[in-house]
Amino acid sequence: MLEGKDLACVRGERTLFTHLNFTLNEGELLLVQGANGSGKTSLLRMLCGLLAPEFGEILWRGEEIGAARETYHAEMAYFGHAPAVKGDLSASENLDFSCRLAGIPVDGEEVKGALGHLGLGHCLNLPTKSLSQGQRRRVALARLMLVKAKLWILDEPLTALDQAALQLVQNLIGEHLRQGGMALMTTHQPVMITGIVPKTLPLTP
Amino acid sequence: MSTLQIVFVLLRRELMLAMRRRGDVLTVLFFFVIVASLFPLGVGPDPKLLRLMGGGVVWVAALLAAMLSLGRMFASDYADGTLEQLVLTPTPPVVWITGKILAHWLVSGVPLILVAPVLGVQFGLSNEALGVLVLSLLLGTPVLSLIGAIGAALTLGLRGGGVLVSLLVLPLYIPVLIFGAGAVDGAMSGLGSEAHLSLLGSILILSFMLTPWAVSAALRISIE
Repeated sequence: MLEGKDLACVRGERTLFTHLNFTLNEGELLLVQGANGSGKTSLLRMLCGLLAPEFGEILWRGEEIGAARETYHAEMAYFGHAPAVKGDLSASENLDFSCRLAGIPVDGEEVKGALGHLGLGHCLNLPTKSLSQGQRRRVALARLMLVKAKLWILDEPLTALDQAALQLVQNLIGEHLRQGGMALMTTHQPVMITGIVPKTLPLTP
Repeated sequence: MSTLQIVFVLLRRELMLAMRRRGDVLTVLFFFVIVASLFPLGVGPDPKLLRLMGGGVVWVAALLAAMLSLGRMFASDYADGTLEQLVLTPTPPVVWITGKILAHWLVSGVPLILVAPVLGVQFGLSNEALGVLVLSLLLGTPVLSLIGAIGAALTLGLRGGGVLVSLLVLPLYIPVLIFGAGAVDGAMSGLGSEAHLSLLGSILILSFMLTPWAVSAALRISIE
């Protein structure tokens, strides 16, 4: 269970949000809502442990995430603004390395399967710099399928995707939740996942 | 997976990326050769003078070439989000930082060591001095990558980071330059180079133990 208690975020001289409380349980989806610049990405980076909260604490299974760094990071997957995909490597090489660096050994078949599922079966071996932005984001999303994290923290996972991929990614999130996973995401698009009623977390200063 | 395996995977990835972008590696190498070759043209062809300054010139050129390649150590990983993902792996940052520094040395330090004897011959260094030159670079260039990593991490994402990194790091390179060039001098003048080489070795051990921690702290600040 992920818990945020009385969180506050200050960037420069601007207070983005204060007194933010939430809990996220197994099988739940939390949508972080707010206008551009309201601190959604900052909140997500905070929950990953990339940014220290100005005030308050973040608990994973009752433990402060800073103190439980290794277990927390082993159970958490973050999909950020930058897709962490190297243009000089092919889609399958990218995926293979990023899983191994996260400590999860994968074989070629698994990699091929995940990329195929996201509709990249025909460009496995092309350098990703020749792929479109949406395709690069799909490569990054395929990682989520392989690392088998309990908690997904997704920053705008639906941008730059076409209709088919939108559906695919939402199904992916739905499947993850049904298996007892949790997800926390920001998006400006309507989210429709069958059988899931997302909780919302509005960000206001 | 064990920490050693993580370092190995990272090395494989960095080397593969370097192979795909051979231009970057070759640029640094050519820079090294050209800088070292400019000196004889500037100071004249007097063999005695060249022999006297050969070791120092090769070392200064190596320093500048190492400098040139520092920008790339973390910058592209920072820009495309890979660095964030590395920070978020369960592996302690010190482990993969050591791997990255090692990869940087393999890609930009080792080629310099391989070419250095050729440049040494150009300056008329004796065989013994050539051996010492290679040995001193073998001990010294990893220190350049290690110390340089701190500068590269601190200037990540800053405007004009390239110039700033030179100002930060070059003063810290001075001891390496003194003992590296001193070792070659010692071999040329017959005074012996053991003392200089031992000091270089101890600088290497010390920086190998300490810099990954400093880089880890610097990266945490830069990423935030």
